Amino acid sequence: MRIRILVDGKSFGVKQGDNLLHACLSNGLDLPYFCWHPLLGSVGSCRQCAVKSYDSEDDQEGRMVMACMESATQGCRISIDDPEAVRFRAQVIEWLMVNHPHDCAVCDEGGECHLQDMTVMTGHDHRRYRFTKSTHRNQDLGPFINHEMNRCITCYRCVRFYRDYAGGEDLNAFGAHDRMYFGRQSDGTLESPFSGNLVEVCPTGVFTDKTFKAHYTRKWDLQTSPSVCVHCSLGCNTLLGERYGEVRRVLNRYNADVNGYLLCDRGRFGYDFVNSEQRIREPHGRQAGAAAGEDLDQEAVLERCASLLKTDNSLVGIGSPRASLEANFALRELVGADHFYSGISAQEYELEGAVLKALREGPVRTPSLREVESADAVLLLGEDPTDSAPMLALALRQSVRQQPLREAMKAGIPQWHDSAVRGMIQDRKGPLFVATPVATALDDIATEALRAAPDDVARLGLAVAHVIDPQAPAVGGLAAAAQALAKRIAAALLSAERPLVVSGTACGSTVVIQAAAAVATALSVARAQTEVDPPLLFLTLSECNSLGLALLNPKPLAQLLKSGGKGVGGTAVVLENDLFRRAPAEQVDALLEGRSLVVLDHVPHATTERAHLVLPAATFAESSGTLVNNEGRAQQFHAALAPAAAIRPSWSWLRGAHAAARPLEAPPVSLEDLRNACAAATPELAEVWTPAATAEQTQTLRYAEEKVPRASFRASGRTAMHAHLNVHEPSPPADADSALAFTMEGFSSPDGQLIPSYWAPGWNSVQALNKFQSEIGGEQRGGDPGVRLIEPRAAGPSCYPDAAPAAYAARDGEWLVLALPRIFGGEELSNGSPALQERTPEARLVLHAEDGRALGLEDGDEVEVSAPGCSLRLPVTLLDDAVPGVAMLPLGIPGKGYLALPLRASIRRAPA
Amino acid sequence: MLSDQVQKEIRGELEHYPTPRAACIEALKIVQKHERWVSDEALQEVAALIGIAAAELEGVATFYNLIYRQPVGEHVILLCDSVSCWLTGCEKIRSGLRERLGVDYGQTTADGRYTLLPMACLGNCDHAPSLMIDEDLHQDLTPEALDGILEEVE
Repeated sequence: MRIRILVDGKSFGVKQGDNLLHACLSNGLDLPYFCWHPLLGSVGSCRQCAVKSYDSEDDQEGRMVMACMESATQGCRISIDDPEAVRFRAQVIEWLMVNHPHDCAVCDEGGECHLQDMTVMTGHDHRRYRFTKSTHRNQDLGPFINHEMNRCITCYRCVRFYRDYAGGEDLNAFGAHDRMYFGRQSDGTLESPFSGNLVEVCPTGVFTDKTFKAHYTRKWDLQTSPSVCVHCSLGCNTLLGERYGEVRRVLNRYNADVNGYLLCDRGRFGYDFVNSEQRIREPHGRQAGAAAGEDLDQEAVLERCASLLKTDNSLVGIGSPRASLEANFALRELVGADHFYSGISAQEYELEGAVLKALREGPVRTPSLREVESADAVLLLGEDPTDSAPMLALALRQSVRQQPLREAMKAGIPQWHDSAVRGMIQDRKGPLFVATPVATALDDIATEALRAAPDDVARLGLAVAHVIDPQAPAVGGLAAAAQALAKRIAAALLSAERPLVVSGTACGSTVVIQAAAAVATALSVARAQTEVDPPLLFLTLSECNSLGLALLNPKPLAQLLKSGGKGVGGTAVVLENDLFRRAPAEQVDALLEGRSLVVLDHVPHATTERAHLVLPAATFAESSGTLVNNEGRAQQFHAALAPAAAIRPSWSWLRGAHAAARPLEAPPVSLEDLRNACAAATPELAEVWTPAATAEQTQTLRYAEEKVPRASFRASGRTAMHAHLNVHEPSPPADADSALAFTMEGFSSPDGQLIPSYWAPGWNSVQALNKFQSEIGGEQRGGDPGVRLIEPRAAGPSCYPDAAPAAYAARDGEWLVLALPRIFGGEELSNGSPALQERTPEARLVLHAEDGRALGLEDGDEVEVSAPGCSLRLPVTLLDDAVPGVAMLPLGIPGKGYLALPLRASIRRAPA
Repeated sequence: MLSDQVQKEIRGELEHYPTPRAACIEALKIVQKHERWVSDEALQEVAALIGIAAAELEGVATFYNLIYRQPVGEHVILLCDSVSCWLTGCEKIRSGLRERLGVDYGQTTADGRYTLLPMACLGNCDHAPSLMIDEDLHQDLTPEALDGILEEVE
């Protein structure tokens, strides 16, 4: 409910129950604060947001209150400008600054520091403290985070985020009063996969981005753009910063529905592959039969492309789940829908099929990450999202708070009152049931965690579905313990207000995905006749545009490979994809044998090595495009820098080649035209991607014909940056693909989708975001980016599989080898980033400890894994918390090639 | 390595609490009783024994100034420097100790016999100035009285 409050005599509309600080900031008022954070709530410890509160119109005295600790009530009167309050706040910052080193000039936070902003805002400009400042020894916190403890003002935000919000255990507050220290017990890498958020959560320069430090640039000198993370399927929104043709850092871009204020470490620190020396930067041609090739210029490359493509009227095109929707569509246009194949493995295709079926035909809605956070009972089947889709794991950590939080609110404690809420909740957690083949990082908050092979996980899921809705297939021969567990899970889900089922392709099992969909369907049947909210089903996918590629209806790659490419032409065009990661080498070899191969990519791999023509594609950082996340949300990313001369976005190469080969069929088009054509040809896009909607992304009409500048108005050195080459200032690169420009000039107050960085007068830090939200923590002004393409059908046929799979039976001397996703080292692109490489652990096979003992193995011993078409040698990790007869093999081990997981293999101790 | 006796006492303490982390202060005190101080190794082992993260236990250990995370002498002298003792001349007692032992706050004598630490309050204002050596309280101090007190300890 909206109420009105009086601030310094002016009336403002606020949400009832918000705290006064939140209410003031939501109304655009400047009130300084430190310990409060919209995600973390209020603890009232820094005393910085003090205001005067008046009991009535007649109250002339008033009393000092902390705005973050008082609820807004109808008609309440406060004053920010009251001289006593102003003096008090200046005093507070003076004492917070007593030990601060004033090293802004050499501090990475300088110029985007909340402490600087607040100090200026309060007017404290004269230091009276004349004594020795306390100093600290800094710790080495690993490759991501730099530590500079002297700058600390003890606001406690770091530990409140790291421990309370993200569940980390290795960061804490030490000591007392003047000796407070925030760090680890001893030097070492911060273990939480969300540690990078400390960079933004810390209001000053204690925790800063170490990868950024390696090529540091002040915020105002960065050319920034709104982008979307490409390192998993969740599509978190990011801001990319560029200088001198190099991506310098990734910051969070707020999207209330997706990642909110946060990012995972893979997303934040995985960007450096863009700057890699290894990248393909020149077109490269190799004549058939020749071992070595040559670099080509633009003319020659298009000519050669045209000659390859012209001679062949039945080309074959292989798309990519990590290339944009536009690039995949341009490829489909070039080769024709009949010859357009998905560039994913047979297993992946099947898994995705199961997810798509649930999304498109199921009756249950896929929630946004924000909705996942507010789910109050969760069943997680098959995978550990901490490794496959990290931000989902962070959202689930919030969902277990929902039920206890309700109790606190019933007791009259406002949700933002963090210390009181935590005091009341203590260690209580809402229901989260986990069933996976191996221990997960979420087990610490799980109500119950079951270890089982995928088929048994699916059986448990179906048993839950059957308890909820007897129409779901019964599971025969289920052990009594599993049956009892299924009943407990069903009861928890049924009694919840917003139950959620989570699974995804990382579990490697279609039956598990089907079982997850079945539980959600059963819940929706059971709840159909009631007033309660419908259940939710969240399914992760493997890559950033897995769903976008699937929307274009590609044919399965396996079909092409099985036929050995019979019936398709002599030229294959491969888009941003390494086929040797997707299928057995002999199958790929058979397909490529005797064919001309054109590959577009930015990272070199086994497929580019075989290509007759390699076209240097732009990365996500140098191009604009669209990715569709697992939820079916289409989101645009925009280039942070113009690609080097020889590099073009994939869609542009494909379109150029198309035009060169068949000019009548493919006149030159803009990205906007291509999007419109794509929307017209794709049923799921047709409704939401209207010409008007796509125009908004690339045209400038909205901003009085001006483009939005990517550089800040303080950007320095523009005339000097290229002076060593030419004293004449070059004209900025043109960008026809977006409404953003590579300049300092233009319309500098965009909203929604096109915000390239957060800045407002007086607010230089990331917390300038306050000024871009319609309400703090709520929707962004101008709407949150992205549109949802897939909504559940009102009433569909049931999503139940015909029968439950048979229980998993371990066979003697044989293991079921499953894929084990890894947050670091498990994804192709981020693997090219040095910081992530440092965090990538040695690839080890995970075995149940008993199995290991039976083989005479100890932790770290080497084993041989052999199966038809597979022979591997690697060390083992023995775990008690795993399933006997099941082995887990890390995904994406460089140089190990393709493995058709899951597979049955024999395992033995490797001979010395 | 925690001695068997220390481990046994900590395990005994754990029995008294519904949640193990509640016993962490007592566990640290047990270590200190036997070892005089809590070393990094001991801290790690106690954390493992209780089943909490080392960082969490360190947060507790460093919060309390009577949990010693650095080696101390055989006898710890806690000299009260709170208001009443300050008014009645604790600084004189401090210099008296400095003359006799050659150590100031935070220091340990070369022979490892004494460590001198300031104490916020011993709750003994009516007999200020006062100090405590190990478990024994000494009150109404004068610099001259220190000789007798130290002799008593020896």
